[in-house]
Amino acid sequence: MSDIKISIKNLYKIFGPNGKAMVQKVEDGATKASLQAEYKHVLGLNNVNIDIPARRIQVIMGLSGSGKSTLIRHLNRLIEPTSGEIVIDGENVLAMSSQELRDFRRNKMSMVFQKFALLPHRNVIDNVGYGLKIKGTDKVEMNERAQKWIERVGLSGFEHNYPAQLSGGMQQRVGLARALATDAEILLMDEAFSALDPLIRNDMQDILLDLQEELHKTIIFITHDLDEALNIGDNIVILRDGAVIQQGSPQEIVLDPADDYVRDFIKDINRARVLDVCSVMEPGSTDTGLEFAENVILELAMPAMVKADVTSANVMRGGEVVGMVTLADMIGGIARPESHDGEQVTYR
Amino acid sequence: MELFDDFPSMGRTDLRDLKKGIDLAFREFSRENGEAIEGFFDPLMYFMVWFEKLLMSAPWPIMILIFAVLAWLGARSIGIVIGTIVSFLAIGYFGMWEDTMATVAIISVATFLCIGLGIPLGILMSRSNRVQAGVTPVLDIMQTIPSFVYLIPVVMLLGIGKVPGLIAVCIYALPPIVRLTNLGIRLVDKEVLEAAEAFGSNYRQKLFDVQIPLALPNIFAGVNQTIMMALAMVVIASMIGVKGLGVPVLRAVSNQYLALGLMNGLAIVALAVIFDRVSQQYGKRLQKHRQGGHGV
Repeated sequence: MSDIKISIKNLYKIFGPNGKAMVQKVEDGATKASLQAEYKHVLGLNNVNIDIPARRIQVIMGLSGSGKSTLIRHLNRLIEPTSGEIVIDGENVLAMSSQELRDFRRNKMSMVFQKFALLPHRNVIDNVGYGLKIKGTDKVEMNERAQKWIERVGLSGFEHNYPAQLSGGMQQRVGLARALATDAEILLMDEAFSALDPLIRNDMQDILLDLQEELHKTIIFITHDLDEALNIGDNIVILRDGAVIQQGSPQEIVLDPADDYVRDFIKDINRARVLDVCSVMEPGSTDTGLEFAENVILELAMPAMVKADVTSANVMRGGEVVGMVTLADMIGGIARPESHDGEQVTYR
Repeated sequence: MELFDDFPSMGRTDLRDLKKGIDLAFREFSRENGEAIEGFFDPLMYFMVWFEKLLMSAPWPIMILIFAVLAWLGARSIGIVIGTIVSFLAIGYFGMWEDTMATVAIISVATFLCIGLGIPLGILMSRSNRVQAGVTPVLDIMQTIPSFVYLIPVVMLLGIGKVPGLIAVCIYALPPIVRLTNLGIRLVDKEVLEAAEAFGSNYRQKLFDVQIPLALPNIFAGVNQTIMMALAMVVIASMIGVKGLGVPVLRAVSNQYLALGLMNGLAIVALAVIFDRVSQQYGKRLQKHRQGGHGV
């Protein structure tokens, strides 16, 4: 595993006039509902502990009200926590003075917003250069760099349009370019693609993954859409009522949901697209002659197997056989969790 | 039952003493400080005298040309420019040129003064709920108290003339620009503001890059209202010695000169319509780029 970039420790956020005092109550077992009913305080985040690895895409997901947008705003202190610690590259964000915090936001971390949050009175190139302008970059360099990122997100020719003249997907590309233009190592994306329609959303995910392949930023991506989370996430954290329910790789979450809440989440996803042969393989080897790299997803592996007219194949890692998969393993893998017990198989 | 028949009022002597006390105290205050306060406003007065003279002594074709160019710069509409030229020609033709120039002078100065005071005050109000809570009732009073009531202390302090007239106009015309600046800044999209914050803007950058530009349509509506209200005060201001279209209107009222009143009244209306259309069109142009339409 790569090194830890951001470390969130015992983070609490309680909204209300007397939040600090309520932390104790929550530690003593008060829930979101009881805190609301008894003390009129809203529990935003409940003892969140997450280690976010560098140069990966960390997805934080949950339904609305689960505290995910609150959490991401703690990372650049748009919201002040009630208690806890956030350490980024060994530096405690919460201890920064307002000047240090401004420098940190200017240079280290940038953000993409759900509703784009572009400046309506500035054209595309000035919007993309906005972060640089705040930093005090001179005009020529600003335009040069903005131009480069406009090209990277595929908006050449729209430099002098205003945001209102662009479609939602194009506006969010401006948002993405603006965030990338500052060369910050950390990118916060708050439901960045949620306001877009499904096809555009897929496009944007592809753009993001393409860029990430080359940029290797540390990306914290908030979403309520599990398909999106599984598609782009290297790691996923699932939040409910401000508490972390489960964290792990997409495969771990799909294969081993922590509780009914998570199980509910993953019920309707396309498991064959998430699971790879490695996650359903068994020990041993086979001599059918068919081989898969370990990260081939089942959706591709199964038809390949049928086409080759075999029922098993070897799983390879670095040129060596590490195990084998059978069609039965794969079908078992994509079956929904409730049918795992064999008690009943329901088709809907 | 006496209690229900007579309102338990302050004794008549006490009341008279109270009023007298206030009057005396204020008179004392104005006697002591009147000159200093007048001195404070002297530069403003010199400026107004100079500006009024400038407008009145400039050759009329040049003035009409200037008005037409300003109308074009503001509205970018040939119709409004023609309307402006025709209105001023008619005003001149009916012998109201000098009064009109005097009115334009005081309205312009009052408007700039109100913008200069009102926008910073509105920004302050938008920054703090406490300031807003303090300033709002003052604005309410300024807008609703009958103008004659505040004319009394102003005249007591500063006498009769341009400056007290200007102050009276500003008291009445200031509130809309303050209110709408405050409102406009408070209505700025929270997410855009958050974005400014997330990219590390400091206070000044947030104000000038985001808040003021996004509030500009509202601020401009405030400027427009301020101009309109300043024009509405022209007649009242003429009662305390401000030259302009109000003076003949006042004369017409006291002598029942129908035609005189009508003509000068209509000249005020013409000014109001020109100012209103030009400033509104300008405000609209400011937010042209907010309208959608792909690939424009």
